[in-house]
Amino acid sequence: MRLSSRKPRKSLLPGDTALADSSPSRKDELVVEPGDHFYPLSIAAPGSMGRTGSWRIQRPVVDAEKCIGCYLCWLYCPDNTIIMREKAGPRGQDVASIDYEYCKGCGICANVCPVNAIEMVDESKFISQS
Amino acid sequence: MAFNIKALPKKNYIMPGNAACPGCPENIGLKFVSMALGEKATLVVPAGCTSVIQGLWPRQGTSMPVLNIVFAAAASAASGLSRALRIRGKDDIVVVWAGDGGTADIGLQALSGAAERGEDFIYICVDNEAYMNTGIQRSSLTPHGAWTTTTHRGNPGRKKPLPQIVAAHRVPYVATASIGYPWDFISKLKKAASIKGFKYIHLHAPCPVGWRFDPGLTVKIAQLAVETGAWILYEHENGKLKLNPPSNKLVDPSKRKPLEEYIKLQGRFRHLTDRDLEELKKEIEENWREITAILRAQGDL
Repeated sequence: MRLSSRKPRKSLLPGDTALADSSPSRKDELVVEPGDHFYPLSIAAPGSMGRTGSWRIQRPVVDAEKCIGCYLCWLYCPDNTIIMREKAGPRGQDVASIDYEYCKGCGICANVCPVNAIEMVDESKFISQS
Repeated sequence: MAFNIKALPKKNYIMPGNAACPGCPENIGLKFVSMALGEKATLVVPAGCTSVIQGLWPRQGTSMPVLNIVFAAAASAASGLSRALRIRGKDDIVVVWAGDGGTADIGLQALSGAAERGEDFIYICVDNEAYMNTGIQRSSLTPHGAWTTTTHRGNPGRKKPLPQIVAAHRVPYVATASIGYPWDFISKLKKAASIKGFKYIHLHAPCPVGWRFDPGLTVKIAQLAVETGAWILYEHENGKLKLNPPSNKLVDPSKRKPLEEYIKLQGRFRHLTDRDLEELKKEIEENWREITAILRAQGDL
């Protein structure tokens, strides 16, 4: 078994691919090649319950102007969906960004933010735009 | 000890997109365990919400090694695992991550046995104050007056003083913690990991589903529980009791926030009358009296 960023020749399950890295940019595939010893072991990977972003009814939106890069939302996020972008803010500060693919929209980040930089917006607004 | 958020490990041990409910306190707690112990932690998990959070094959929701075990045998399995690791010369830390039902009700005899034998592992009781995974049934850690699906008119009993029960076994380390105070919880975990013998941490974890509140308030409610004095942060180290901040400043009742602030946010206390509220306040006052009596006897107050 190995991790490959190419198109998988044969996946672990028919029609199934396991994501190997937590960062949303890298979506490696778990490949089983002929002759591999096969162990039915679970591998830690994002999306063990699918794309949980679809559970969301309110979407947290970060205001990069207001964000002071204190990391409190990153510390408390239950699902590790807050990704801190280093020195990406308008004042050179670290800024929180959210992985909407997996964010369940609980709103803890908006509640712990000391400067109210995260706003919870109804998902319906984003549907009507697109 | 100063707490630097940015110095915490950045590696994700809790995978995004796992099966936990939105705003789950167990996910937050597990995240702090992984931040404190990292690669060294091996989890022993009896039945509970964490068994669900792990996910289904081929993906796993947590990246820590896990031994799933039956309710009544969590502490026994951890004893064996810890002994086997020591025989092999490994210094991995075995951590039992059990719910309140798995600790105070079903797993209590195994916990008591392991504490008495002085087994070398950390036992964490994630106290969400009812059997949440099976559908919010009352456990012996449900507070007085709280609604559950088996106590429709409010829990007639009282919360079992489990940290004190474990401390009565004369184990080297017993502490209470809250998911609202990660700096406190992480430093307690690190301290527990450095001590040899049986360590017990009682983690207060407000559950949005079972307590009937908005999932965004999980952390706020955990902090309110401490600020109102309903949950006390302390540690017993080698028989010596010490209050931890912010609870050390709340010995005087006038310094605490009114209990109503904590109660009013939770649907499980919606039916409470003024008399029930007085009862709850009296119970909290009794807990504080016990703590301050020990502190006075030690000469710390």
